[in-house]
Amino acid sequence: MNRKIQQFVFEHKKMVIPIAALLLLGLPFFVTNSYFLHILIMVCIYICLALSLNLVTGYAGQLVLGHAAFYGIGAYAGALLMLKLQVNFFVALLLSAAITGLFGFLLGMPALRLRGDYLAIVTLGFGEIVRLVFVNWKGLTRGPAGLPGIPSPQIFGFTISGRTEFYYLALILALFTIFFMVKLINSGVGMAMQTVKNDEIAAEAIGIQPRKYKIMAFVISSAFAGMIGCFFASYLSYISPTAFVYNTSMTILTMAVLGGLGSIMGSILGASILVIVPEMLRFLNDYRMLIFGALMVFMMIFKPEGFWGAGKRRRNIYKINSEVPDHGSNS
Amino acid sequence: MAQILNTVNVTMKFAGLTAVDNVNIDQKEGEILALIGPNGAGKTTLFNILTGVYKPTTGEIFYRGENITGLRPFQLVRKGITRTFQNIRLFKDMTTLENLLVASPDCKDEKILAAVFGGRSLRQKRGLVVEQCESILETLKLQDKLEELACNLPYGKQRLLEIGRALATGADYLLLDEPGAGMNSMEKEELAQVIRYITKDMHKNVLLIEHDMPFVMGISDRIVVLDHGIKIAEGLPSEIQNNQQVIEAYLGKGMPDDDD
Amino acid sequence: MFLQQMINGITVGGSYALIALGYTMVYGILRIVNFAHGDVFMMGSFFGLFCMQFLGMPYYVAFPIAAIATAIMGIIMERVAYRPIRTADSLTVMISALGVSTFLGNLAMVLWGSGTHAFSNFSGITVSVYRFDNVVLSNIQIGFIVLSVLLMLALYFVVNKTKIGIAMRATSHNIKTAKLMGINTDRIISFTFGIGSALACVAGLLVGIYYDAVYPLIGYSYGLKAFAAAVLGGIGSIPGAMLGGFIMGIVETLGASYISAGYRDAFAFAILIIVLIFRPAGILGKKEIDKV
Repeated sequence: MNRKIQQFVFEHKKMVIPIAALLLLGLPFFVTNSYFLHILIMVCIYICLALSLNLVTGYAGQLVLGHAAFYGIGAYAGALLMLKLQVNFFVALLLSAAITGLFGFLLGMPALRLRGDYLAIVTLGFGEIVRLVFVNWKGLTRGPAGLPGIPSPQIFGFTISGRTEFYYLALILALFTIFFMVKLINSGVGMAMQTVKNDEIAAEAIGIQPRKYKIMAFVISSAFAGMIGCFFASYLSYISPTAFVYNTSMTILTMAVLGGLGSIMGSILGASILVIVPEMLRFLNDYRMLIFGALMVFMMIFKPEGFWGAGKRRRNIYKINSEVPDHGSNS
Repeated sequence: MAQILNTVNVTMKFAGLTAVDNVNIDQKEGEILALIGPNGAGKTTLFNILTGVYKPTTGEIFYRGENITGLRPFQLVRKGITRTFQNIRLFKDMTTLENLLVASPDCKDEKILAAVFGGRSLRQKRGLVVEQCESILETLKLQDKLEELACNLPYGKQRLLEIGRALATGADYLLLDEPGAGMNSMEKEELAQVIRYITKDMHKNVLLIEHDMPFVMGISDRIVVLDHGIKIAEGLPSEIQNNQQVIEAYLGKGMPDDDD
Repeated sequence: MFLQQMINGITVGGSYALIALGYTMVYGILRIVNFAHGDVFMMGSFFGLFCMQFLGMPYYVAFPIAAIATAIMGIIMERVAYRPIRTADSLTVMISALGVSTFLGNLAMVLWGSGTHAFSNFSGITVSVYRFDNVVLSNIQIGFIVLSVLLMLALYFVVNKTKIGIAMRATSHNIKTAKLMGINTDRIISFTFGIGSALACVAGLLVGIYYDAVYPLIGYSYGLKAFAAAVLGGIGSIPGAMLGGFIMGIVETLGASYISAGYRDAFAFAILIIVLIFRPAGILGKKEIDKV
């Protein structure tokens, strides 16, 4: 069924996209409840987080257990840039992404020498160390008290205020992330990355340097998490270490797994579902992580490819995204 | 004729076991060289050394005069050396075409920014890559399987595809590890044709490991025989066939009254 | 002072060793890191607390009962979360293990709250303290060390001198061949999980009594440290786990007292990273070569 939907969307691309765009843009006119808008904003944020984790885990095959740390680094970096250095939000956005990407690189370089499970544990430890730094380096982060008063985004004198405006900004960031990931995955770079996950030895034999692509995935993944972390900081105007704990990393992983590792649509849907459903089932809040844990086991046993992974990708997208050049007098 | 490969006293020791012992082999431009020997002779180990998977304990390897000892496989590809595997290592979830695309230099070396923001010129560049890969597939008679996932191809075609992938890298020295393993005679005939085409028409060089004697004798210009890590013979197929040492290595020393 | 810290370190090291054994045995057979093992350790100590607090058992009854309960839990865990995907790729197995770990950790929080529970009221153990010169030794420490060492010796005996031990070692060398030789590998695996979990439970109880505290997140930090100990000693090697555990305990205690108490937890992690970068096989481990 998934295949048919994909086929339909693909063939009627020129029609589906504008309609979808209109729906998304027009949403705030139907959804006027501020609380629901908040949910939608969180969905956008988690879409970015799930997609970025999906890149490094689902496509490059590296299990990262401390992804929330990158989210947090971006948030704190952005917050501090805006608070202490009065940097404009949009500049801070780029800088946060860059700073977080740098951390991704620093973690990736040594960690990528390690085998799968060891790498996972090291990323876990990294996540914990980052969190401890947030809590203990009071001079920089004010520790558990957090950073309040983070300014809202400003551009050309116009300040973003109110849920609706934040929603549009979140939507833009989410759409950009989706666009970037789709283009990346279907390119030569993306394919090379996937071969590294598939069979490193074969990849090397045809000239692909595994480390290069693993680090690339690490850096891009962490940069996007950092970017959306900066947005998060400005949106809530207050951040504290409790938002960037191990459970957050696990939640993001569950989203990616539910949707299907290695599936962009999967991460989008997984993030949406696991933000919206727990909100609807508020009374189950205490059991949320419990359910996520059980869900992960369940998924691995019964549907390891995720719910939206099996439909998989169109074959030979690279070719579809290519043009036969004019040969002129060559052939 | 130029010498393309030259190994000097290559030795490989694994914690007390000497798998390859002071082996010296060389290959000239344009000749098909085969590496044979009984199981455990060290052929695959030597192969792995030549293709950068292992670094030899001692000894050096020269390709077209350049010292390539210790280079990693992906670095060797840039020098023009690539390989196929004894147990097929295709990218199973990718299509036939994609397996080749990802090996092509212009595809796998795409830059990120170009990939994400590239427009018409990117598409045209990709078109060229696609054309090149499709023509390789045509040579291998796989052009009707473009959309097929590599894992769904019949065994013989998978082996050919792996060779196609090696060709797509643009390398001009292909090391084939038992390319005919598990093939029936018809497929082997096709394989022989492909190998001849690669060397005679595409002017590439091939070094292969094989167990099928008739096949090896039929396709090789020269043969090197290893046994217990040592080179025990080398020469033309006709010479090797009648070499007593080689026969003994494979069949053991027969009963005194055996004759052939 | 130094001697005192050494003794403290050995005590703590004993618990790391007991938990590390579980990691190393499972890794030896299935080549996976059982992420949930730390939570098994935690659940074990809660089981013991439950026995002593609500069922009023004295400690010498609670220990074995809790150990058995934890062993059963470990076996069920293997059956439910690992066996069905034994043939899957390692990423899938790791995620499943993570799921179990998340589940158990949060289950404990749901059942017992995230706060700390004291052991001392219920264990029925009275603390007596012995003084030699500058060294203080409590009967709990003695019991701890003695029990740890006894259990390790018992495990060593089982693995090396009994029939089931041979089966375990065969299975860890090569599962397929072991099966062909008539070994019921499924049962051996269950047995391994059971023993590992029981040992972890004892460690949990010892830790609970020694520190007089047990809380759901303890599995996480202890689990990580014990895993580091297993890696240090050489993952897959039983003597390695024992050695690694004691070394870890000593290094951590000495480090905390001579370098910095606040970064106590960081030592284990630092050791882990150093070992993995410079000598991934650990002290007693074997180097693995990938066949191409």
